Amino acid sequence: MDFLSILSIFVLAVFVGYYVVWSVTPALHTPLMAVTNAISSVIIVGALIAAAAGAITDGGGLSQWLGLLGVVLASVNIFGGFAVTRRMLAMYKKKDKKPAASK
Amino acid sequence: MEHAVAATPAWAVLAYLAAGVLFILALRGLSSPESSQAGNRNGMIGMLIAVGTTLALRPTGLELIIGAIAIGGGIGWVIAQRIQMTAMPELVAGFHSLVGMAAVLVGCAAYLNPGAFGITDAATGAILAVSRVEMGLGVAIGAITFSGSIIAFLKLSGRMSGSPILLPARHVINLGVLAGIIVLTGVFAFDAAAGMGQGPLLWVILGLSFVIGVTLIIPIGGADMPVVISMLNSYSGWAAAAMGFTLQNTAMIITGALVGSSGAILSYIMCKAMNRSFISVIAGGFGADSGSGGAKGEVIQKAYKAGSADDAAFIMQNAETVIIVPGYGMAVSQAQHALREMGDLLKKEGVSVKYAIHPVAGRMPGHMNVLLAEANVPYDEVFELEDINSEFGQCDVAFVIGANDVTNPLAKTDKTSPIYGMPILDVEKAKTVLFVKRSMGGVGYAGVDNPVFYADNTMMLLADAKKMVENIVKALNGGGH
Repeated sequence: MDFLSILSIFVLAVFVGYYVVWSVTPALHTPLMAVTNAISSVIIVGALIAAAAGAITDGGGLSQWLGLLGVVLASVNIFGGFAVTRRMLAMYKKKDKKPAASK
Repeated sequence: MEHAVAATPAWAVLAYLAAGVLFILALRGLSSPESSQAGNRNGMIGMLIAVGTTLALRPTGLELIIGAIAIGGGIGWVIAQRIQMTAMPELVAGFHSLVGMAAVLVGCAAYLNPGAFGITDAATGAILAVSRVEMGLGVAIGAITFSGSIIAFLKLSGRMSGSPILLPARHVINLGVLAGIIVLTGVFAFDAAAGMGQGPLLWVILGLSFVIGVTLIIPIGGADMPVVISMLNSYSGWAAAAMGFTLQNTAMIITGALVGSSGAILSYIMCKAMNRSFISVIAGGFGADSGSGGAKGEVIQKAYKAGSADDAAFIMQNAETVIIVPGYGMAVSQAQHALREMGDLLKKEGVSVKYAIHPVAGRMPGHMNVLLAEANVPYDEVFELEDINSEFGQCDVAFVIGANDVTNPLAKTDKTSPIYGMPILDVEKAKTVLFVKRSMGGVGYAGVDNPVFYADNTMMLLADAKKMVENIVKALNGGGH
Protein backbone atom coordinates (compact mmCIF):
# COMPACT_ATOMS: atom_id res chain seq x y z
CA MET A 1 0.00 0.00 0.00
CA ASP A 2 1.30 3.47 -0.74
CA PHE A 3 1.56 6.21 1.83
CA LEU A 4 -1.50 8.12 0.60
CA SER A 5 -3.93 5.21 0.92
CA ILE A 6 -2.62 4.53 4.42
CA LEU A 7 -3.03 8.20 5.28
CA SER A 8 -6.62 8.07 3.99
CA ILE A 9 -7.43 5.11 6.22
CA PHE A 10 -5.87 6.92 9.16
CA VAL A 11 -7.81 10.15 8.65
CA LEU A 12 -11.11 8.34 8.20
CA ALA A 13 -10.40 6.23 11.30
CA VAL A 14 -9.81 9.39 13.34
CA PHE A 15 -13.28 10.57 12.36
CA VAL A 16 -14.83 7.19 13.13
CA GLY A 17 -13.08 7.30 16.50
CA TYR A 18 -14.37 10.80 17.16
CA TYR A 19 -18.02 9.88 16.63
CA VAL A 20 -17.83 6.47 18.28
CA VAL A 21 -16.18 7.82 21.42
CA TRP A 22 -18.70 10.66 21.83
CA SER A 23 -21.42 8.02 21.88
CA VAL A 24 -19.81 6.24 24.84
CA THR A 25 -21.82 6.85 28.00
CA PRO A 26 -19.83 8.78 30.66
CA ALA A 27 -20.60 6.03 33.16
CA LEU A 28 -18.35 3.74 31.12
CA HIS A 29 -15.40 6.09 30.67
CA THR A 30 -13.13 4.02 32.94
CA PRO A 31 -13.83 0.77 31.03
CA LEU A 32 -13.31 2.81 27.83
CA MET A 33 -9.80 3.71 28.96
CA ALA A 34 -9.07 0.12 29.95
CA VAL A 35 -10.27 -1.30 26.65
CA THR A 36 -8.53 1.32 24.49
CA ASN A 37 -5.43 0.41 26.43
CA ALA A 38 -5.91 -3.24 25.55
CA ILE A 39 -6.54 -2.64 21.85
CA SER A 40 -3.66 -0.19 21.45
CA SER A 41 -1.49 -3.19 22.33
CA VAL A 42 -2.16 -4.31 18.76
CA ILE A 43 1.36 -2.91 18.49
CA ILE A 44 2.22 -6.49 19.38
CA VAL A 45 1.97 -7.12 15.62
CA GLY A 46 5.20 -5.13 15.16
CA ALA A 47 6.86 -6.91 18.06
CA LEU A 48 5.88 -10.30 16.60
CA ILE A 49 7.41 -9.40 13.23
CA ALA A 50 10.67 -8.43 14.93
CA ALA A 51 10.65 -11.54 17.09
CA ALA A 52 9.98 -13.87 14.16
CA ALA A 53 12.36 -12.05 11.79
CA GLY A 54 15.40 -12.73 13.93
CA ALA A 55 15.19 -16.33 12.91
CA ILE A 56 15.11 -15.70 9.18
CA THR A 57 17.38 -12.76 8.49
CA ASP A 58 21.00 -12.23 9.33
CA GLY A 59 22.09 -9.81 11.99
CA GLY A 60 18.65 -9.77 13.57
CA GLY A 61 19.79 -10.99 16.98
CA LEU A 62 19.28 -7.84 19.05
CA SER A 63 16.22 -6.91 17.02
CA GLN A 64 14.72 -10.30 17.80
CA TRP A 65 15.22 -9.89 21.54
CA LEU A 66 13.75 -6.39 21.49
CA GLY A 67 10.78 -7.88 19.64
CA LEU A 68 10.37 -10.64 22.21
CA LEU A 69 10.47 -8.13 25.06
CA GLY A 70 7.87 -6.10 23.18
CA VAL A 71 5.70 -9.21 22.90
CA VAL A 72 5.92 -9.73 26.67
CA LEU A 73 4.97 -6.11 27.48
CA ALA A 74 2.13 -5.98 24.95
CA SER A 75 0.80 -9.33 26.20
CA VAL A 76 0.63 -8.01 29.77
CA ASN A 77 -1.50 -5.23 28.39
CA ILE A 78 -3.71 -7.33 26.14
CA PHE A 79 -4.60 -9.95 28.74
CA GLY A 80 -4.65 -7.47 31.62
CA GLY A 81 -6.62 -4.84 29.72
CA PHE A 82 -9.34 -7.09 28.36
CA ALA A 83 -9.64 -9.05 31.63
CA VAL A 84 -9.95 -5.98 33.83
CA THR A 85 -12.47 -4.46 31.39
CA ARG A 86 -14.53 -7.62 31.53
CA ARG A 87 -14.36 -7.59 35.32
CA MET A 88 -15.57 -3.99 35.45
CA LEU A 89 -18.33 -4.39 32.90
CA ALA A 90 -19.71 -7.41 34.75
CA MET A 91 -20.37 -5.12 37.73
CA TYR A 92 -22.75 -2.77 35.92
CA LYS A 93 -26.25 -3.93 36.78
CA LYS A 94 -29.74 -2.63 36.28
CA LYS A 95 -32.13 -1.78 39.07
CA ASP A 96 -34.65 -4.63 38.69
CA LYS A 97 -32.17 -7.47 38.72
CA LYS A 98 -31.61 -9.07 42.08
CA PRO A 99 -28.22 -7.79 43.24
CA ALA A 100 -25.72 -10.61 43.17
CA ALA A 101 -23.30 -11.12 46.03
CA SER A 102 -20.34 -8.83 45.54
CA LYS A 103 -17.24 -10.68 44.36
CA MET B 1 14.31 -10.68 -1.45
CA GLU B 2 13.52 -8.01 1.07
CA HIS B 3 10.35 -7.39 -0.80
CA ALA B 4 9.30 -11.03 -0.60
CA VAL B 5 9.38 -10.75 3.19
CA ALA B 6 7.33 -7.59 3.22
CA ALA B 7 4.61 -8.26 0.67
CA THR B 8 1.45 -9.06 2.57
CA PRO B 9 -1.02 -11.45 0.90
CA ALA B 10 -4.54 -10.21 0.27
CA TRP B 11 -6.16 -12.48 2.86
CA ALA B 12 -3.90 -11.05 5.55
CA VAL B 13 -4.70 -7.47 4.56
CA LEU B 14 -8.39 -8.32 4.85
CA ALA B 15 -7.85 -10.05 8.20
CA TYR B 16 -6.11 -6.97 9.62
CA LEU B 17 -8.97 -4.83 8.30
CA ALA B 18 -11.47 -7.13 10.03
CA ALA B 19 -9.51 -6.75 13.27
CA GLY B 20 -9.68 -2.98 12.90
CA VAL B 21 -13.46 -3.11 12.38
CA LEU B 22 -13.87 -5.34 15.44
CA PHE B 23 -11.95 -2.77 17.52
CA ILE B 24 -14.36 -0.06 16.33
CA LEU B 25 -17.25 -2.30 17.41
CA ALA B 26 -15.57 -2.83 20.79
CA LEU B 27 -15.74 0.90 21.48
CA ARG B 28 -19.22 1.17 19.96
CA GLY B 29 -20.44 -1.42 22.47
CA LEU B 30 -19.60 0.92 25.32
CA SER B 31 -22.47 3.23 24.38
CA SER B 32 -24.58 1.36 26.92
CA PRO B 33 -23.85 -1.09 29.74
CA GLU B 34 -26.04 -3.76 28.08
CA SER B 35 -23.99 -3.95 24.90
CA SER B 36 -20.65 -3.35 26.57
CA GLN B 37 -19.72 -6.95 27.33
CA ALA B 38 -20.36 -8.01 23.74
CA GLY B 39 -18.20 -5.06 22.70
CA ASN B 40 -15.34 -6.25 24.86
CA ARG B 41 -15.64 -9.70 23.29
CA ASN B 42 -15.37 -8.12 19.84
CA GLY B 43 -12.16 -6.47 20.97
CA MET B 44 -10.72 -9.80 22.10
CA ILE B 45 -11.68 -11.48 18.81
CA GLY B 46 -10.08 -8.61 16.89
CA MET B 47 -6.85 -9.02 18.84
CA LEU B 48 -6.88 -12.78 18.30
CA ILE B 49 -7.25 -12.24 14.54
CA ALA B 50 -4.44 -9.65 14.44
CA VAL B 51 -2.03 -11.85 16.40
CA GLY B 52 -3.04 -15.05 14.59
CA THR B 53 -2.60 -13.45 11.17
CA THR B 54 0.85 -12.14 12.05
CA LEU B 55 1.98 -15.52 13.35
CA ALA B 56 0.56 -17.33 10.32
CA LEU B 57 2.51 -15.03 8.00
CA ARG B 58 5.80 -15.71 9.81
CA PRO B 59 5.69 -19.07 11.52
CA THR B 60 9.29 -18.91 12.72
CA GLY B 61 10.71 -18.78 16.20
CA LEU B 62 7.29 -19.77 17.56
CA GLU B 63 8.55 -21.41 20.77
CA LEU B 64 10.08 -18.19 22.04
CA ILE B 65 7.13 -16.09 20.89
CA ILE B 66 4.54 -18.30 22.53
CA GLY B 67 6.68 -18.32 25.67
CA ALA B 68 6.78 -14.52 25.63
CA ILE B 69 3.00 -14.30 25.19
CA ALA B 70 2.49 -16.80 28.02
CA ILE B 71 4.73 -14.85 30.42
CA GLY B 72 3.21 -11.46 29.61
CA GLY B 73 -0.34 -12.79 29.41
CA GLY B 74 0.02 -14.58 32.75
CA ILE B 75 1.28 -11.45 34.48
CA GLY B 76 -1.48 -9.33 32.93
CA TRP B 77 -4.18 -11.83 33.85
CA VAL B 78 -3.11 -12.05 37.48
CA ILE B 79 -2.90 -8.26 37.81
CA ALA B 80 -6.37 -7.87 36.30
CA GLN B 81 -7.88 -10.32 38.79
CA ARG B 82 -6.18 -8.87 41.86
CA ILE B 83 -6.41 -5.14 41.27
CA GLN B 84 -8.69 -3.13 43.56
CA MET B 85 -11.24 -0.99 41.75
CA THR B 86 -10.00 2.04 43.69
CA ALA B 87 -6.57 1.48 42.14
CA MET B 88 -7.82 1.59 38.54
CA PRO B 89 -6.20 4.97 37.75
CA GLU B 90 -2.69 3.79 38.56
CA LEU B 91 -3.31 0.47 36.81
CA VAL B 92 -4.34 2.25 33.62
CA ALA B 93 -1.32 4.57 33.89
CA GLY B 94 0.92 1.54 34.32
CA PHE B 95 -0.61 -0.15 31.29
CA HIS B 96 -0.11 3.02 29.23
CA SER B 97 3.58 2.93 30.04
CA LEU B 98 3.78 -0.63 28.68
CA VAL B 99 2.17 0.39 25.37
CA GLY B 100 4.68 3.24 25.14
CA MET B 101 7.63 0.96 25.85
CA ALA B 102 6.37 -1.64 23.36
CA ALA B 103 6.21 1.08 20.69
CA VAL B 104 9.79 2.10 21.50
CA LEU B 105 10.98 -1.51 21.26
CA VAL B 106 9.22 -2.08 17.94
CA GLY B 107 10.67 1.13 16.54
CA CYS B 108 14.20 0.20 17.62
CA ALA B 109 13.80 -3.35 16.29
CA ALA B 110 12.66 -1.96 12.92
CA TYR B 111 15.66 0.37 12.87
CA LEU B 112 18.09 -2.46 13.59
CA ASN B 113 16.52 -4.93 11.18
CA PRO B 114 14.64 -2.91 8.56
CA GLY B 115 14.68 -5.71 6.00
CA ALA B 116 12.33 -7.80 8.11
CA PHE B 117 9.81 -4.96 8.18
CA GLY B 118 10.03 -4.33 4.43
CA ILE B 119 10.90 -0.66 4.82
CA THR B 120 14.13 -0.61 2.82
CA ASP B 121 14.73 0.89 -0.59
CA ALA B 122 15.10 -2.01 -3.04
CA ALA B 123 17.99 -0.33 -4.91
CA THR B 124 20.19 1.06 -2.11
CA GLY B 125 19.18 -1.03 0.88
CA ALA B 126 18.71 2.13 2.95
CA ILE B 127 15.65 2.66 5.16
CA LEU B 128 13.07 4.74 3.27
CA ALA B 129 12.98 8.39 4.35
CA VAL B 130 9.24 8.34 4.99
CA SER B 131 9.64 5.24 7.15
CA ARG B 132 12.35 7.01 9.11
CA VAL B 133 10.00 9.90 9.86
CA GLU B 134 7.32 7.48 11.03
CA MET B 135 9.87 5.52 13.04
CA GLY B 136 11.30 8.65 14.66
CA LEU B 137 7.83 9.90 15.58
CA GLY B 138 6.70 6.49 16.81
CA VAL B 139 9.75 6.07 19.02
CA ALA B 140 9.46 9.64 20.34
CA ILE B 141 5.74 9.41 21.16
CA GLY B 142 6.24 5.94 22.62
CA ALA B 143 9.06 7.15 24.87
CA ILE B 144 7.07 10.18 26.05
CA THR B 145 4.11 7.90 26.78
CA PHE B 146 6.38 5.55 28.69
CA SER B 147 8.19 7.97 30.97
CA GLY B 148 5.14 10.24 31.38
CA SER B 149 2.98 7.28 32.38
CA ILE B 150 5.58 6.08 34.86
CA ILE B 151 5.47 9.49 36.57
CA ALA B 152 1.64 9.47 36.47
CA PHE B 153 1.68 5.96 37.93
CA LEU B 154 4.01 7.01 40.75
CA LYS B 155 1.86 10.04 41.55
CA LEU B 156 -1.45 8.17 41.40
CA SER B 157 -0.23 5.29 43.54
CA GLY B 158 1.12 7.70 46.15
CA ARG B 159 4.72 6.53 45.66
CA MET B 160 5.50 10.11 44.67
CA SER B 161 3.93 13.29 46.01
CA GLY B 162 0.93 14.46 44.02
CA SER B 163 1.93 18.09 44.39
CA PRO B 164 3.49 19.75 41.36
CA ILE B 165 7.26 19.82 41.01
CA LEU B 166 8.17 23.09 39.30
CA LEU B 167 11.55 23.24 37.62
CA PRO B 168 12.92 26.71 36.94
CA ALA B 169 12.45 27.72 33.30
CA ARG B 170 10.50 24.52 32.69
CA HIS B 171 8.59 25.97 29.74
CA VAL B 172 11.84 26.89 28.03
CA ILE B 173 13.28 23.43 28.72
CA ASN B 174 10.17 21.63 27.44
CA LEU B 175 9.81 23.72 24.30
CA GLY B 176 13.54 23.44 23.60
CA VAL B 177 13.56 19.65 23.98
CA LEU B 178 10.40 19.34 21.87
CA ALA B 179 11.94 21.46 19.11
CA GLY B 180 15.10 19.35 19.36
CA ILE B 181 13.12 16.14 18.87
CA ILE B 182 11.32 17.53 15.81
CA VAL B 183 14.49 18.86 14.19
CA LEU B 184 16.42 15.67 14.87
CA THR B 185 13.59 13.57 13.41
CA GLY B 186 13.88 15.66 10.25
CA VAL B 187 17.66 15.20 10.13
CA PHE B 188 17.21 11.49 10.87
CA ALA B 189 14.99 11.14 7.80
CA PHE B 190 17.60 12.50 5.38
CA ASP B 191 20.88 11.52 7.02
CA ALA B 192 22.63 8.93 4.86
CA ALA B 193 24.26 7.08 7.77
CA ALA B 194 20.95 6.82 9.62
CA GLY B 195 19.45 5.28 6.50
CA MET B 196 21.94 2.45 6.80
CA GLY B 197 21.09 1.96 10.47
CA GLN B 198 24.19 3.78 11.70
CA GLY B 199 24.85 6.83 13.84
CA PRO B 200 23.40 7.91 17.17
CA LEU B 201 20.48 10.04 15.90
CA LEU B 202 17.62 7.68 16.80
CA TRP B 203 19.11 7.06 20.24
CA VAL B 204 19.39 10.79 20.89
CA ILE B 205 15.75 11.26 19.86
CA LEU B 206 14.84 8.39 22.18
CA GLY B 207 16.78 9.85 25.10
CA LEU B 208 15.32 13.34 24.69
CA SER B 209 11.83 11.88 24.51
CA PHE B 210 12.26 9.98 27.76
CA VAL B 211 13.41 13.22 29.39
CA ILE B 212 10.53 15.34 28.12
CA GLY B 213 8.00 12.71 29.22
CA VAL B 214 9.22 13.26 32.79
CA THR B 215 9.50 17.05 32.64
CA LEU B 216 6.02 17.32 31.08
CA ILE B 217 4.24 15.39 33.83
CA ILE B 218 6.06 16.33 37.06
CA PRO B 219 4.65 19.91 37.22
CA ILE B 220 1.05 18.69 36.91
CA GLY B 221 -0.78 18.48 40.24
CA GLY B 222 -2.97 15.72 41.67
CA ALA B 223 -6.26 17.45 40.81
CA ASP B 224 -5.38 17.46 37.11
CA MET B 225 -4.63 13.75 37.00
CA PRO B 226 -7.87 12.90 35.14
CA VAL B 227 -6.59 15.06 32.27
CA VAL B 228 -3.08 13.62 32.39
CA ILE B 229 -4.25 10.04 32.30
CA SER B 230 -6.58 10.75 29.36
CA MET B 231 -3.80 12.57 27.56
CA LEU B 232 -1.38 9.68 27.97
CA ASN B 233 -4.14 7.38 26.73
CA SER B 234 -4.25 9.50 23.61
CA TYR B 235 -0.45 9.44 23.18
CA SER B 236 -0.34 5.66 23.42
CA GLY B 237 -2.81 5.59 20.53
CA TRP B 238 -0.76 7.95 18.36
CA ALA B 239 2.36 5.86 19.08
CA ALA B 240 0.55 2.75 17.84
CA ALA B 241 -0.66 4.65 14.77
CA ALA B 242 2.86 5.84 13.91
CA MET B 243 4.12 2.26 14.10
CA GLY B 244 1.16 1.21 11.96
CA PHE B 245 2.36 3.62 9.27
CA THR B 246 5.84 2.08 9.44
CA LEU B 247 4.43 -1.42 9.08
CA GLN B 248 1.65 -0.36 6.68
CA ASN B 249 -0.72 -2.28 8.92
CA THR B 250 -4.40 -1.25 8.83
CA ALA B 251 -5.29 -2.85 12.17
CA MET B 252 -2.64 -0.76 13.92
CA ILE B 253 -3.57 2.43 12.09
CA ILE B 254 -7.30 2.12 12.77
CA THR B 255 -6.67 1.25 16.41
CA GLY B 256 -4.16 4.03 16.87
CA ALA B 257 -6.58 6.56 15.42
CA LEU B 258 -9.44 5.27 17.62
CA VAL B 259 -7.40 5.32 20.82
CA GLY B 260 -5.77 8.62 19.95
CA SER B 261 -9.08 10.38 19.42
CA SER B 262 -10.65 8.62 22.40
CA GLY B 263 -7.97 9.94 24.74
CA ALA B 264 -8.17 13.40 23.19
CA ILE B 265 -11.95 13.55 23.69
CA LEU B 266 -11.66 12.39 27.30
CA SER B 267 -9.01 15.05 27.94
CA TYR B 268 -11.35 17.64 26.47
CA ILE B 269 -14.28 16.49 28.61
CA MET B 270 -12.13 16.57 31.75
CA CYS B 271 -10.76 20.04 30.98
CA LYS B 272 -14.26 21.34 30.35
CA ALA B 273 -15.48 19.83 33.63
CA MET B 274 -12.78 21.81 35.44
CA ASN B 275 -13.15 24.91 33.29
CA ARG B 276 -9.44 24.77 32.54
CA SER B 277 -7.81 25.07 29.17
CA PHE B 278 -5.76 22.13 27.97
CA ILE B 279 -2.73 24.41 27.68
CA SER B 280 -2.96 25.53 31.29
CA VAL B 281 -3.20 21.93 32.48
CA ILE B 282 -0.13 20.98 30.45
CA ALA B 283 1.72 24.04 31.72
CA GLY B 284 1.08 22.64 35.19
CA GLY B 285 1.44 24.08 38.64
CA PHE B 286 -2.25 23.94 39.61
CA GLY B 287 -2.71 23.60 43.35
CA ALA B 288 0.91 24.51 44.08
CA ASP B 289 0.16 27.57 46.19
CA SER B 290 -2.77 26.60 48.39
CA GLY B 291 -5.28 29.24 49.38
CA SER B 292 -4.58 31.56 46.47
CA GLY B 293 -8.33 32.10 46.32
CA GLY B 294 -8.29 35.15 48.55
CA ALA B 295 -9.25 33.16 51.65
CA LYS B 296 -5.65 33.04 52.79
CA GLY B 297 -5.86 35.75 55.43
CA GLU B 298 -8.88 34.25 57.15
CA VAL B 299 -7.36 31.83 59.61
CA ILE B 300 -10.22 32.44 62.04
CA GLN B 301 -12.29 29.29 62.37
CA LYS B 302 -15.75 30.08 61.07
CA ALA B 303 -18.81 28.62 62.80
CA TYR B 304 -20.24 25.40 61.49
CA LYS B 305 -22.76 22.86 62.71
CA ALA B 306 -21.43 19.42 63.45
CA GLY B 307 -23.71 16.40 63.66
CA SER B 308 -23.55 12.74 64.57
CA ALA B 309 -24.40 9.60 62.67
CA ASP B 310 -27.68 9.36 64.59
CA ASP B 311 -28.66 12.90 63.54
CA ALA B 312 -27.87 12.09 59.93
CA ALA B 313 -29.84 8.84 60.04
CA PHE B 314 -32.84 10.63 61.55
CA ILE B 315 -32.79 13.40 58.94
CA MET B 316 -32.50 11.01 56.01
CA GLN B 317 -35.18 8.64 57.33
CA ASN B 318 -37.63 11.48 57.37
CA ALA B 319 -36.66 12.77 53.94
CA GLU B 320 -38.48 12.00 50.74
CA THR B 321 -35.53 12.37 48.42
CA VAL B 322 -31.82 11.96 49.08
CA ILE B 323 -29.12 12.65 46.51
CA ILE B 324 -25.72 11.16 47.32
CA VAL B 325 -22.66 12.99 45.95
CA PRO B 326 -19.57 10.76 46.11
CA GLY B 327 -16.03 11.99 45.54
CA TYR B 328 -12.51 10.68 45.72
CA GLY B 329 -12.63 10.65 49.53
CA MET B 330 -15.21 7.88 49.30
CA ALA B 331 -12.79 5.85 47.19
CA VAL B 332 -9.89 6.45 49.56
CA SER B 333 -11.79 5.11 52.56
CA GLN B 334 -13.47 2.33 50.51
CA ALA B 335 -16.89 3.49 51.70
CA GLN B 336 -18.82 2.46 48.59
CA HIS B 337 -20.18 -0.83 50.00
CA ALA B 338 -21.37 0.76 53.25
CA LEU B 339 -22.86 3.58 51.18
CA ARG B 340 -24.89 1.16 49.06
CA GLU B 341 -26.13 -0.53 52.25
CA MET B 342 -27.21 2.87 53.56
CA GLY B 343 -29.01 3.55 50.29
CA ASP B 344 -30.81 0.20 50.47
CA LEU B 345 -32.00 0.85 54.03
CA LEU B 346 -33.27 4.29 53.07
CA LYS B 347 -35.11 2.86 50.07
CA LYS B 348 -36.78 0.37 52.38
CA GLU B 349 -38.07 3.33 54.37
CA GLY B 350 -39.59 4.70 51.18
CA VAL B 351 -36.93 7.34 50.55
CA SER B 352 -35.96 7.98 46.93
CA VAL B 353 -32.18 7.63 46.61
CA LYS B 354 -30.11 8.86 43.68
CA TYR B 355 -26.42 9.34 43.06
CA ALA B 356 -24.94 12.44 41.41
CA ILE B 357 -21.52 12.20 39.78
CA HIS B 358 -19.34 15.09 38.74
CA PRO B 359 -17.18 14.30 35.68
CA VAL B 360 -13.93 14.94 37.57
CA ALA B 361 -14.90 13.18 40.79
CA GLY B 362 -12.09 10.70 41.32
CA ARG B 363 -8.75 10.31 39.62
CA MET B 364 -9.87 9.26 36.16
CA PRO B 365 -12.94 9.65 33.93
CA GLY B 366 -15.84 7.52 35.15
CA HIS B 367 -13.98 6.31 38.25
CA MET B 368 -16.93 6.86 40.64
CA ASN B 369 -19.29 4.95 38.37
CA VAL B 370 -17.07 1.88 38.51
CA LEU B 371 -16.79 2.04 42.29
CA LEU B 372 -20.56 2.33 42.70
CA ALA B 373 -21.09 -0.50 40.22
CA GLU B 374 -18.63 -2.58 42.25
CA ALA B 375 -20.80 -1.98 45.32
CA ASN B 376 -23.85 -3.20 43.34
CA VAL B 377 -25.45 0.20 42.97
CA PRO B 378 -27.70 -0.16 39.89
CA TYR B 379 -26.40 2.10 37.13
CA ASP B 380 -29.83 3.59 36.48
CA GLU B 381 -29.73 5.22 39.94
CA VAL B 382 -26.50 7.01 39.04
CA PHE B 383 -26.76 10.34 37.21
CA GLU B 384 -24.38 12.71 35.49
CA LEU B 385 -24.06 16.36 36.47
CA GLU B 386 -26.25 17.86 33.75
CA ASP B 387 -28.99 15.26 34.24
CA ILE B 388 -29.45 15.74 37.97
CA ASN B 389 -28.28 19.24 38.83
CA SER B 390 -31.77 20.77 38.51
CA GLU B 391 -33.09 18.28 41.10
CA PHE B 392 -31.10 19.60 44.07
CA GLY B 393 -33.59 22.44 44.48
CA GLN B 394 -36.40 19.99 45.19
CA CYS B 395 -34.48 17.40 47.16
CA ASP B 396 -34.57 17.10 50.94
CA VAL B 397 -31.04 15.93 51.60
CA ALA B 398 -27.81 16.18 49.65
CA PHE B 399 -25.39 13.68 51.16
CA VAL B 400 -21.85 14.72 50.14
CA ILE B 401 -19.20 12.13 50.85
CA GLY B 402 -15.54 12.71 50.08
CA ALA B 403 -16.23 15.42 47.49
CA ASN B 404 -15.41 19.07 48.00
CA ASP B 405 -14.32 21.29 45.11
CA VAL B 406 -17.05 19.90 42.84
CA THR B 407 -19.70 21.24 45.26
CA ASN B 408 -18.14 24.63 45.90
CA PRO B 409 -20.52 27.49 44.97
CA LEU B 410 -17.56 29.92 44.87
CA ALA B 411 -16.97 28.49 41.40
CA LYS B 412 -20.11 30.41 40.38
CA THR B 413 -19.52 33.68 42.21
CA ASP B 414 -15.88 34.34 43.14
CA LYS B 415 -13.92 35.47 40.11
CA THR B 416 -10.64 35.34 42.06
CA SER B 417 -11.12 31.69 42.95
CA PRO B 418 -8.90 29.22 41.12
CA ILE B 419 -11.95 27.06 40.45
CA TYR B 420 -14.06 29.94 39.11
CA GLY B 421 -16.20 28.87 36.18
CA MET B 422 -16.01 25.16 36.91
CA PRO B 423 -19.44 23.54 36.61
CA ILE B 424 -20.45 22.30 40.06
CA LEU B 425 -23.16 20.21 41.68
CA ASP B 426 -25.61 22.64 43.31
CA VAL B 427 -25.79 20.82 46.65
CA GLU B 428 -26.33 24.07 48.55
CA LYS B 429 -29.84 24.27 47.06
CA ALA B 430 -30.98 21.14 48.91
CA LYS B 431 -33.06 21.64 52.08
CA THR B 432 -30.34 19.98 54.14
CA VAL B 433 -26.75 19.25 53.21
CA LEU B 434 -25.00 16.45 55.06
CA PHE B 435 -21.29 16.84 54.42
CA VAL B 436 -19.06 13.90 55.36
CA LYS B 437 -15.48 15.06 55.77
CA ARG B 438 -12.51 13.79 57.73
CA SER B 439 -11.84 17.07 59.51
CA MET B 440 -12.29 20.80 59.03
CA GLY B 441 -8.59 21.09 58.16
CA GLY B 442 -8.22 20.07 54.53
CA VAL B 443 -9.85 22.12 51.82
CA GLY B 444 -9.71 19.95 48.73
CA TYR B 445 -7.14 19.88 45.97
CA ALA B 446 -7.69 23.38 44.69
CA GLY B 447 -6.91 24.68 48.18
CA VAL B 448 -10.15 26.65 48.34
CA ASP B 449 -12.45 26.92 51.34
CA ASN B 450 -16.04 25.86 50.70
CA PRO B 451 -18.84 28.17 51.97
CA VAL B 452 -21.21 25.20 52.03
CA PHE B 453 -19.45 24.05 55.25
CA TYR B 454 -20.70 27.14 57.09
CA ALA B 455 -24.18 27.41 55.59
CA ASP B 456 -27.21 27.25 57.91
CA ASN B 457 -28.65 24.23 56.15
CA THR B 458 -25.41 22.24 56.36
CA MET B 459 -24.52 19.66 58.96
CA MET B 460 -20.90 18.57 58.97
CA LEU B 461 -20.30 14.89 59.71
CA LEU B 462 -16.64 14.89 60.68
CA ALA B 463 -15.19 11.38 60.53
CA ASP B 464 -13.64 8.86 58.21
CA ALA B 465 -16.14 8.38 55.39
CA LYS B 466 -16.48 4.64 55.81
CA LYS B 467 -16.85 4.76 59.63
CA MET B 468 -19.43 7.51 59.39
CA VAL B 469 -21.53 5.64 56.83
CA GLU B 470 -21.28 2.42 58.84
CA ASN B 471 -22.49 4.25 61.94
CA ILE B 472 -25.38 5.74 59.97
CA VAL B 473 -26.27 2.22 58.78
CA LYS B 474 -26.22 1.05 62.41
CA ALA B 475 -28.45 3.93 63.44
CA LEU B 476 -30.85 3.20 60.58
CA ASN B 477 -31.04 -0.45 61.62
CA GLY B 478 -31.40 0.18 65.34
CA GLY B 479 -33.19 3.45 65.54
CA GLY B 480 -35.70 2.58 62.80
CA HIS B 481 -39.12 1.19 63.43
